[in-house]
Amino acid sequence: MNIPASLKYTSSHEWISCDGKTGKVGITDHAQKELGDIVFVELPEVGKTVSAGKACAVVESVKTASDIYTPVSGTITAVNDGLTSRPELINEDCYTKGWIFEVKLSDPSELNNLLDANGYREVVQ
Amino acid sequence: MSTKTSLYEKHVQLGAKVVDFHGWEMPIQYSGIIEEHNAVRSKAGLFDLSHMGEIEVSGPQSYEFLNFLLCNNLDRLEYDGRIIYTGMLNEKGGFIDDLLVYRKQRDSFLLVVNASNREEDFSWMQKQAPPFDVRLNDISMKTGLVAVQGPASASIMADILDYPFENLYYYHFIETAFKRIPVIISRTGYTGEDGFELYADWDKLGIIWDALYSAGQKYGLLPIGLGARDTLRLEARYPLHGNDISPDVTPLEAGLGWIVDLNKPDFIGKKVLSSQKKNGVAKKLIGFTMAERGIPRHGYTIFSGDSAVGEVTSGTMSPSLSTGIGMGYVSSCVLEKNENLTVDIHRSRRCLTLHKGPFVSSNIYRKTVKERI
Repeated sequence: MNIPASLKYTSSHEWISCDGKTGKVGITDHAQKELGDIVFVELPEVGKTVSAGKACAVVESVKTASDIYTPVSGTITAVNDGLTSRPELINEDCYTKGWIFEVKLSDPSELNNLLDANGYREVVQ
Repeated sequence: MSTKTSLYEKHVQLGAKVVDFHGWEMPIQYSGIIEEHNAVRSKAGLFDLSHMGEIEVSGPQSYEFLNFLLCNNLDRLEYDGRIIYTGMLNEKGGFIDDLLVYRKQRDSFLLVVNASNREEDFSWMQKQAPPFDVRLNDISMKTGLVAVQGPASASIMADILDYPFENLYYYHFIETAFKRIPVIISRTGYTGEDGFELYADWDKLGIIWDALYSAGQKYGLLPIGLGARDTLRLEARYPLHGNDISPDVTPLEAGLGWIVDLNKPDFIGKKVLSSQKKNGVAKKLIGFTMAERGIPRHGYTIFSGDSAVGEVTSGTMSPSLSTGIGMGYVSSCVLEKNENLTVDIHRSRRCLTLHKGPFVSSNIYRKTVKERI
């Protein structure tokens, strides 16, 4: 299973890649495999204020709709519009082309609450 | 506790994701729901449906018993080898189950029922049987079922069995043998495509599965899980018991008036259905496509303006149409006003477009008895 060491994770299967100020968020390889063919993504609005652990996007497979929880609090600064026409990018490349939204962190210390790759591996094993 | 079909090990070897389905460990998908769905629409797919229930009804008064138990008219089974789709209703006219009836002989029938309702169906039948001279036999746990569906299915069948399948019409069956294994083969299915369902002894079913799987390879056949089975049946607009029909809805509310014969002698539920026929129904099952982005799902609320007027019973992203499709019940008075309806999806209301008939045109086998030479 692909769990890049450079990322931080939530136990609800989101990843975040962060430089300390803004972070890109997506779902993990484990999550996309469990969901199967992804056919729809509901993106958050740019400029929206979000708080850690709250649902702010929806990823849908053929069978189910799954809420995506932001790992950190802040403001949405960008969304991956490519997912509107090609939601399957999440299946094909969940850690780069399949990112979902970008958030400007309001409290960078929240990053300390997240799992590292080893911690996340324990969650999914 | 979960039950496995006799093909369980084959599913695991084929890489299936297995889930619990009403107490059965069934493959939900193998390669992926969309790929499997498209294989059935364009080539062929192979299904293990051994969880379905099979109940034999035999004895001198089988015909009278079934005509009392079921809402369709058994007279439509004019000769041996014919099948009808019908409903087993409660006193309120609601669906205990929907099922197929196979006429083997004038006094011998096979009923094929949903896995989730099998035990309830059988006890209901036992309760209704006493005035009639009939024998009931639940053979579900020794009867396996596989289906081959899709445009290539007739070619695949012809490759494994020397039979003129062009003469096996839709909703007809034959009793024959494959490698000395007795098998019932019917031209039926739940996909909207041409296809066959094959019933055989539980322990011998693997031989038939293997033969169909091998023969199908050159046509692009894939094994199909319950995930694609659901998207295929929904595109064909076949109702699913537990979602679109239930003990609380009647065939008339579900738009299935064609499986009800109010002119035949008394049958269970007739009183309520006659009254609904006369006075109209309070709610109706609609089909719809999404006019805006979003996927409708079971349980989502349907609105007319700010009023909740119904509920989605089945919904999915249609792999063939690449749009959200669904079915649901809406109160009849709202439908008469012809107002715009919306579905509440992820806390926003999105417009739907009513759709009559199947979402994808049906490719069932069209040749009929009248063309028989």
